[in-house]
Amino acid sequence: MSGAGGNVIAATQRDIHGYHEAFAAFEKAAPGAELPWLRKLRSDAFARFAEVGFPTSRDEDWRFTNVSPVSQGNFLLARNGVESLRPGQIEPFEFPQALRLVFVNGRFAPALSSVAALATGAQVASLASVLNENPALAEPFLGRYLDTRRDAFCALNTAFLADGGYVRIPKSTVLPQPVHLLFVTSGQRIPAVAHPRNLIVVEPGSQAAIIEDYISLDDLPGLCNSATELIAGEGANVSHYLVEREHDRAFNFSTLRIQQARNSNVASHSILVGGALVRNNVHPVLAGEGAECLINGLFIGRGSQHLDNYMLVEHASPHCASRQFYNGILGDRAHGVFHGRIVVRKDAQKTDAKQTNRNLLLSDEAQIDTKPQLEIFADDVKCTHGATIGQIEEKALFYLRSRGIDEQSARRLLLLAFASECLDRMKEDGVRERIEKLIHEHISRMRQPSRRASASAGEAVPSLEEVL
Amino acid sequence: MSLLEINNLHVKVDDHEILKGIDLRVNPGEVHSIMGPNGSGKSTLAQVLARRESYDVTRGSVLFGGKDLLEMKPEDAACEGIFMAFQYPVEIPGISNAYFLRSALNAIRKYRGEEEVDAMDFLPLLREKAKLLEMDEKLMNRSVNESFSGGEKKRNEILQMAVLEPRLAILDETDSGLDIDALRIVAKGVNAMRSPERAMIVVTHYQRLLNYIVPDFVHVLVGGRIVRSGGPELALELEKQGYAALEVEARKAASLA
Repeated sequence: MSGAGGNVIAATQRDIHGYHEAFAAFEKAAPGAELPWLRKLRSDAFARFAEVGFPTSRDEDWRFTNVSPVSQGNFLLARNGVESLRPGQIEPFEFPQALRLVFVNGRFAPALSSVAALATGAQVASLASVLNENPALAEPFLGRYLDTRRDAFCALNTAFLADGGYVRIPKSTVLPQPVHLLFVTSGQRIPAVAHPRNLIVVEPGSQAAIIEDYISLDDLPGLCNSATELIAGEGANVSHYLVEREHDRAFNFSTLRIQQARNSNVASHSILVGGALVRNNVHPVLAGEGAECLINGLFIGRGSQHLDNYMLVEHASPHCASRQFYNGILGDRAHGVFHGRIVVRKDAQKTDAKQTNRNLLLSDEAQIDTKPQLEIFADDVKCTHGATIGQIEEKALFYLRSRGIDEQSARRLLLLAFASECLDRMKEDGVRERIEKLIHEHISRMRQPSRRASASAGEAVPSLEEVL
Repeated sequence: MSLLEINNLHVKVDDHEILKGIDLRVNPGEVHSIMGPNGSGKSTLAQVLARRESYDVTRGSVLFGGKDLLEMKPEDAACEGIFMAFQYPVEIPGISNAYFLRSALNAIRKYRGEEEVDAMDFLPLLREKAKLLEMDEKLMNRSVNESFSGGEKKRNEILQMAVLEPRLAILDETDSGLDIDALRIVAKGVNAMRSPERAMIVVTHYQRLLNYIVPDFVHVLVGGRIVRSGGPELALELEKQGYAALEVEARKAASLA
């Protein structure tokens, strides 16, 4: 046993060796390098990362996901590749009417961004510019909520934090346009890593919608390791969208940490259609009484994509409500994970927490691991969870076909119907319509092997059976 | 030539023979009723004609409009003009009724080399048919059959039939679970579609529906065989005597064979 343990440590040290050098160089020249609080934040985070290294599948939180392609990969910090972009290249990815901040390989690209003057007093800027010019805006929030001790990727992100979106909505203000944070990988010659870091502060009584969007315009297997802290003040109303649509060699790790004050209302929508290995962490803390959150997600995998969704919903105050709905569609050899953890603290009486994960498997080799995990320390709460795994229902398929719709179209329609449950929960119409289009395009490209129905196969397959 | 020609049809489900040699000719303009007790194979016959794949045809042939129906996929049969109103219409959350029906109509039109109908032209057509079936327009924007009442589901089937205008309509126990008002509305919708070009097969357990949709021919299916055929008066006779006598007769015939 001790021999095996020794090997693990050796492997860990080898895995992170390159990061020591990279951090030493980065730390000196990073935005806000001269700020003592920021230096400490970065170096503490790096120390934490160096201590624990990358997680392994023995770690309960990483049971279903093997990160060795990332831990053993040799990624260099991404260089600025803004000159590699051709005009018009990001146009197909734009959201109508949105304010747009574009980051190329983790760095702000002002020429590609469009932030109209905001009459409302709201600020939409790059985090690097805030750290350089007015760090006092970031200091009270940055790194305060993200848990670098629980998650090595969050520690790594914090150690290397340099740029990303900064959004601040002052008290009692409604931001009419959504904010689109577009992260582009482009023009790299070797696999590179970027650590985008976003800070979103929505003050009491205000409203905003933020879209965090990942795309790749080159074809290297790069790593994007992002983290977002979203602070919703009392009575604030915030929608957050994560869109992962990189190419199928990309590694994407992201964490959304939401801090909710009294009576705030936050919706997190995750749409995963791209990436080779994706980990999507959503971690809301309902810290003030009467806060509500909706955690909505849709993941669609094909080929050998691995899409891992890790939810940690913390009820820390009484009378809060959380709703989790995740739908997965997996074809070919794709592997999906839904890990839904709900923690209800001792004082969080009258908690109302609900979790639903529904999955469709389109091939015999596709796989889903779904795991609810409830930790309840209060005694007067309502917590429910349920998961379903099924195939396209033969009955429904026959019904559509019996009306003249061919099999492929009928299957596509049923997948769209399944996806539409998630789309219907998105309340920003313009954003939803754009995402709907993305989902339509994606589903129409999916290969759908038709199952040859034997005499009774259609009847024998348990369709969407409750496995609660 | 008949529109539908069924010759010596044998069908198995899970290695269990359900239909044991059905012969039936249906001509354009005719309404045939297939009656019989539970488990006699009525629904199996309807489903085979609609080309449900989980049924295993072991012997016999079916020609529809001169073409081999048993070679057709369900969508091809639909495009050729077969429509089955389901005994248990399927709920499909996430697809609106209107979108579904327009997709179906356009699939059929495309198959026939006709131009597709856009949403603007489709709406008046749908409204007109919905009115005939006294259906609330709001149901058109709701998901297909989702949280429809039993009667709404059955009316929705007939609405689909009215929009798709099949050459052969098969009603599979459309009367089951309907109250008398809903039954009248459904029958009115069906009767409005009777025409010299269109044939219908009305599958039912009870004679009640046939008071409203009067058939030209009645066939009694027992134990996977048609044991009696006749005119509408046969249905009345069955109503009085029940299926018991015929079932005994059928068992005797089977044991002799």
